[in-house]
Amino acid sequence: MLSRILIANRGEIALRIIRACHELGIEAVAVYSEADKDAPYLQLADEAICIGPPDCAQSYLNIPRIISAAEIADVEAIHPGYGFLAENAHFAQICRDCGITFIGPPVEAMQLLGDKIAARKLAMKVSVPVVPGSDGAIENDSDALKLANKMGYPVIIKAAAGGGGRGMRVVHNDISLRSGFSTARCEAEAAFGDGTVYMEKFIVEPRHVEVQVMADNEGNALHFYERDCSIQRRHQKMIEESPCPVLDRHTREELCEAALRIIKEAGYVSAGTVEFLLGRDKEFYFIEVNTRIQVEHPVTEMVTGHDLIKWQLKIAGGQGIKISQRDIKPAGVAIECRINAEDPQKNFAACPGTITRYIPPGGPGVRVDTHVCQGWTVSTNYDSMIAKLIVHQGTRTEAITTMRRALQEFVIEPIKTTIPACLDILSHNLFVKNKIDTGFVERNF
Amino acid sequence: MADKDTDLQRIKRLIKIMKENELVEIEIKRGDSQICLKRFQPQPAVSQSVAAIPVIRPESGVAPAGPRTEDAAGASGAAAPVENLAEIKSPIVGTFYATPSPDSKPYVEVGSGVEPQTVVCIIEAMKVMNEIKAEMSGTVAEVLVSNGQAVEYGQVLFRVRPD
Repeated sequence: MLSRILIANRGEIALRIIRACHELGIEAVAVYSEADKDAPYLQLADEAICIGPPDCAQSYLNIPRIISAAEIADVEAIHPGYGFLAENAHFAQICRDCGITFIGPPVEAMQLLGDKIAARKLAMKVSVPVVPGSDGAIENDSDALKLANKMGYPVIIKAAAGGGGRGMRVVHNDISLRSGFSTARCEAEAAFGDGTVYMEKFIVEPRHVEVQVMADNEGNALHFYERDCSIQRRHQKMIEESPCPVLDRHTREELCEAALRIIKEAGYVSAGTVEFLLGRDKEFYFIEVNTRIQVEHPVTEMVTGHDLIKWQLKIAGGQGIKISQRDIKPAGVAIECRINAEDPQKNFAACPGTITRYIPPGGPGVRVDTHVCQGWTVSTNYDSMIAKLIVHQGTRTEAITTMRRALQEFVIEPIKTTIPACLDILSHNLFVKNKIDTGFVERNF
Repeated sequence: MADKDTDLQRIKRLIKIMKENELVEIEIKRGDSQICLKRFQPQPAVSQSVAAIPVIRPESGVAPAGPRTEDAAGASGAAAPVENLAEIKSPIVGTFYATPSPDSKPYVEVGSGVEPQTVVCIIEAMKVMNEIKAEMSGTVAEVLVSNGQAVEYGQVLFRVRPD
């Protein structure tokens, strides 16, 4: 078991990791930028080290400062959380070179799966269906045109090096293809330093279904079943749930087995998520692997009763997975709403400011993961997510009822938040009846 | 966080570091709490405080775990700057060294004059020795950190009386 780690992140995930560490008897060292210096969760860390000014590039993304902090704090390992350096293979390599355990996958697995084109090829190799698309990178717009006409519109152009919705363009005809192709390349170059793009058939009205996986250093891998994350706005997830309400048992098994095949083939270690699109015909297609712990991991924790962060810490400390797949028994339904400091009435414009009144919900089946409290100032330096509200009940209907209650109880004033938008979605007939897809939010709100 | 066992382990580690590196004094501040350790130095000319008596001074006002010692000489980091002294802060995270090499004299001491380009110390980060410049003109009034001390971004290293 590890005895002392550094958390290279901030906010709710840093707090989440501190909590898991303390329950396992691991000392947790936190880092912070000057913007976060008064964060109460820093008091819960065993040590807190200031690593820079508010700007991410000078603090949470600054590898030399984070490594220096790890050295002076004399830690064995670094947990990168999600975002920031979590999927930065260069950072993982530097940790390795400095003799610090990176709590996540090996560099090679991260690089392989981080390259979306290589990941597609790997999936095909282990007989996992992929979205029909280009064999590799598309070099120029005449190749793009040819392939698009062969596959049939609509198509989506995607960045090989990217994710999070950037460097992506959906195009419906030849005219928009030319401009879509060059803008996607420019955006990819700007966002990821790599303008390589590939093309896929755009699956109409799909559901986004992802499988949580965990692997150890001895080649053992388990899945923790799936999450449905179809409620998205501009490729950012808003609401996630488990199980996927429209999957039958057979398809669920096939999906989870497919995820495991990919993970094992890639030599993956630690927590990861394999993402798929589920077509209206219940056919599933692999899209990509997220080589990190994810924001929505609590949904899986509530349904399976397993602490995924503790799993990561134990595996990084050298422990193997000793349980079998049969030992993971999901129960009930869990739903998570991401609460952002954004105004749904103003096109979700960011709402920074000081929270003068904060009253979180409670009661049976309610979990709130947040770093925020009364008096907290939401700044413009970091992303706008301020809390995650997760509920768990026996059935989906009960879970929706509890979530509505919890959202209505949740007081965050005076800044605007996405709580009203979540309530609207949860009351929507189509959501309740499971007739949603990834375009639902943008079509209806 | 201020668990007695953790404090004791930390103190033992610090004493070990002091002995191995022949340090006389160490002061570490983390958030609300502070540890200050001084080692007995057999120097006939100057009388100093005795033994390595740990002082933990949480700023919340809770009584310290052990007996207090007063600083006979050297840095006190907690006081707010007086007489408008300028501060030289650490621009990086790393280990502070007052001298260019283990045997040499410190770059600066209390009373040293500095110019913008004067190197005042080295901060080692990831095996790279970074020379830190004063970036101001004046006279060093206080030295707040000691050789081998871990420093964080923004930590005050020196206070300077500007010209």
